[in-house]
Amino acid sequence: MKTLQLNSITNFKFQTMKTMKTMKRCSMYALLAIAMIGCSDDDAAPLPVNEEEVITTVILTLTPESGEEVVLTAIDLDGDGPGELVTTMSGSFSESTQYQGAVRFLNETETPAEEITDEVLEEADEHQVFYTTTEGLNIQTTYEDQDSQGNPLGLQITLTTGAASEGSLTVTLRHEPVKPNDGLDSAGGETDITTTFDVTIE
Amino acid sequence: MRLLALLFLLISSIHSFAQECNNTLNGTLLDIHDGSVLTGATIVVTQTGVAAQTDLDGNFTINFLCESTYQLQISHPSCSTKIFTVTIQGKTQKTFKLEHHLELLNEIIVDGKTTNRATKSIYENLVDQQTITTYSSGSLGDALNSISGVSSLNTGNTVVKPMINGLHSSRVLIINNGVQMQDQEWGAEHAPSIDINSVGSLKVIKGAGALQYGGSAIGGVIVASAPKVPLLDSLYGRTILSSSSNGLGGVVSSSLTKSYQNGLHVSVQGSLKRFGDFNAPNYNLSNTGVFERNISAKIGFNRIDYGVEAYYSLFKNEIGILRASHIGGAEDQVRALGSLVPTIIKDFTYSIGNPRQDVTHHLGRIKGFKDIENIGRISLQYDYQQNNRLEFDIRRGSNSGRASLDLVLDTQTLTIDVATEISEKLSAKFGVVGGLQTNYANPETGIRRLIPDYDKYSFAGYASGDFTINQKWVLEAGLRFDYTHINVFKFYRRSFWEDRGYDSQFSDLVIEEYGNQLLVNPKLDFYNPSLTIGTKYSFGLYKLFANYSMSSRAPNPSEQFSEGLHHSASRIELGDLQFTSETAHKISLTLQKRGERFYFTVSPFATEIDDFILIEPTGIRQTIRGNFQVWEYRQINAQMYGLDLDASLSLSDNMRFVHQFSLVKGYDKTSNEPLISMPPASTLNSLVYTNPGFKNLSIAIQSNYVFRQNEFPNTNFEVVLPESIEYIDISTPPAGYHLLNLNLTAAINPDMKVGLYVDNLLNTSYRNYLNRLRYYADDLGRNITLQLKYNY
Repeated sequence: MKTLQLNSITNFKFQTMKTMKTMKRCSMYALLAIAMIGCSDDDAAPLPVNEEEVITTVILTLTPESGEEVVLTAIDLDGDGPGELVTTMSGSFSESTQYQGAVRFLNETETPAEEITDEVLEEADEHQVFYTTTEGLNIQTTYEDQDSQGNPLGLQITLTTGAASEGSLTVTLRHEPVKPNDGLDSAGGETDITTTFDVTIE
Repeated sequence: MRLLALLFLLISSIHSFAQECNNTLNGTLLDIHDGSVLTGATIVVTQTGVAAQTDLDGNFTINFLCESTYQLQISHPSCSTKIFTVTIQGKTQKTFKLEHHLELLNEIIVDGKTTNRATKSIYENLVDQQTITTYSSGSLGDALNSISGVSSLNTGNTVVKPMINGLHSSRVLIINNGVQMQDQEWGAEHAPSIDINSVGSLKVIKGAGALQYGGSAIGGVIVASAPKVPLLDSLYGRTILSSSSNGLGGVVSSSLTKSYQNGLHVSVQGSLKRFGDFNAPNYNLSNTGVFERNISAKIGFNRIDYGVEAYYSLFKNEIGILRASHIGGAEDQVRALGSLVPTIIKDFTYSIGNPRQDVTHHLGRIKGFKDIENIGRISLQYDYQQNNRLEFDIRRGSNSGRASLDLVLDTQTLTIDVATEISEKLSAKFGVVGGLQTNYANPETGIRRLIPDYDKYSFAGYASGDFTINQKWVLEAGLRFDYTHINVFKFYRRSFWEDRGYDSQFSDLVIEEYGNQLLVNPKLDFYNPSLTIGTKYSFGLYKLFANYSMSSRAPNPSEQFSEGLHHSASRIELGDLQFTSETAHKISLTLQKRGERFYFTVSPFATEIDDFILIEPTGIRQTIRGNFQVWEYRQINAQMYGLDLDASLSLSDNMRFVHQFSLVKGYDKTSNEPLISMPPASTLNSLVYTNPGFKNLSIAIQSNYVFRQNEFPNTNFEVVLPESIEYIDISTPPAGYHLLNLNLTAAINPDMKVGLYVDNLLNTSYRNYLNRLRYYADDLGRNITLQLKYNY
């Protein structure tokens, strides 16, 4: 059974015969005979929607008391579009060093970029940032900030390195997790951000 | 073999000679208002006292009549009795018309049913008002589920989308009071915007044979009609009160009709439905409440040969979506699938939080008809619908009260139909339909538009006719042509536009560039022919329906323009601008036997759909929010076949056994894989006890067994998480399950009826393959409903 397929060739009618189109449209309205919508020549083009809540960028800045700062950055400018997620790190960690860490979440589809970190801070009770590492990577993190209930938030942390090693560090932002919790596995909630960095301690 | 022998006997028994008093009268009894057939009417020949009854098609036969003039007294439970004079000359055929009324006044004593068939060669399934009433606290989809071959695609238990032989959404047309519903039906998690309590009768036509309703009904057509209004002076109404244990809620529904002998009638109807969180056998299903408010009004002037009517209805429904189903990426999916209970369970509440849907549907209609001699009946209808769908997601901060999706779909349609009887044997219907539809996606949501803004213009013409060759054979054929022009304004992400290669193919469609977004203006035309041809053959107690239909459907905006994360499914969905129409060829057969004690219909079918549009997983996309599975719409060639079976056996005067079985198989012929989301085989067996002598008591025990779906495409995927590689099984169907239900109804007095319905009597825990929330929670536990119906 081969089908009767009339539409495949004529699927696309480009902007030719514009006057005829307009006439056709007008006659269609006339057919409908009810003056609910007028007959307009040009349709008002809609405006784009700039997504305000999208997080495009995660920046984790780790500052040691002395020595070089380490900045981990993840950028995905088109959100869930096909564009690649790009992660970069400015350098490697030093052995047995304490770093003060601060994480920022940005929406760079807007100019200037919107600081989503502020929203997370405002709703600290409903958020928590988790830092997890793969086995063998000698990194310990501790929370340095709390929400109004005294539960950890995770925008400010201390990161302590041990002996030289390699592995990955994952930053996860959860919305509406169970608080308090014993870590990511029991936290529940919805993942807003999860991004993994390959890191080394030298 | 037995069938062939029977056929042979039947054919060889036809006599060609006529004696003096060996004449036969073959009559058909119709409703004078709309030509629907009247079944169960009694015809008495007053001179001889010989009596006959009309069958399900309104036909009756009286043998051994002399060539003379007789008086026939015809009575029907819902009509005034009338005497007709008929002159018999040889084998005589005649159509009688009665004025149908009263049925509404006292449904309890009425057994007669009226049916108005839309096709001659496709068996049509019906749900009568009494059955619909038992679903007053459910939804349209729940009531339709009582028909063999009709299942549903659910999102929880309150979003119930009807599925006919495995097809749904844009492939199933729903006609509400003569208006084709335009309620964003493309979405799998969008339920029809119809109040079940406003429906008087439901009819399902499987397949595209009913061309007056539309050519794109590859799956079928569902026709919901309001109760009829009698032509006499009367004031009557009905109130239903029902209360259920699961969800701790209920329904109040009332209607009031004033009618006059001169044909004027006014009706109003309203219903209110409120439920809190429903529960599974072992836990509360948090955020699954529902709050539905509906009102409708009708005013009309209905005479035998002309009439006008105006109708308006407002449907407003707020539905909570299971809180635990709103999840992020693959990591959350691993957690949700790994958990035996929903990841979020809170205490019971009536309040509906996010995620939720809030749908408002307005429907207005004006129609009129006039019977013109030598032409037939001309009808004109204008309808206007507005569907506003708001969807709320879990959002941060000031956005949490803001809708994530806000679509307004306006549709206007003008229809002109002509129904004519060219001769006694040949009747025809033809008509034209013009439509205008505008979709507006509110940008205030702060989220990119899921469905773009568009204007759609459609125009269609159809013609169909049936020819009654003789008592046994009826032939039917029809043709339809639909033209659609759609003018779309769509914002594409530049990355997607380029990734798809649209930048080189369709660069001239871009009308504006905004940073990483492009405004594109495609103007698409679709030409969709459809046709149907079929026959009905009646022999003895049997009827055989056979039909072939070809139908074609233009792609819907969701299939064409989806492009982004679909939260409720936790996946990225991508449409394709270049889709062509899909074309289906369906052959359906029905063999029906209507014996006194044993009745059955068996309906096998086979469908081939070319360029069938489906969505399947094509990969994993890594984003800053984690990993998401990417599902892309594709066009393939599909093949489906199956069988629906209904049987009823009277065990005694009061006891009846009712059986139903449905099976459908669907395959992707392009990849030789089974199709996704095909309903599993299911069987329904009931034992029904009725005692009209004692309070019109009826007790039914129903066993519903749903088999496990063994044929499914494997769409499981692996995802790399920081510490592990997880295998995510999203395709394996859940186990088969068995549910027991109990229905008990009785009439306290002729006007007051009580019903006690227990669903899932044994409180069985189960998950339904066709429920989109099956990954997160069990289906409903035991539910006891008490219903009071009062007619006045």
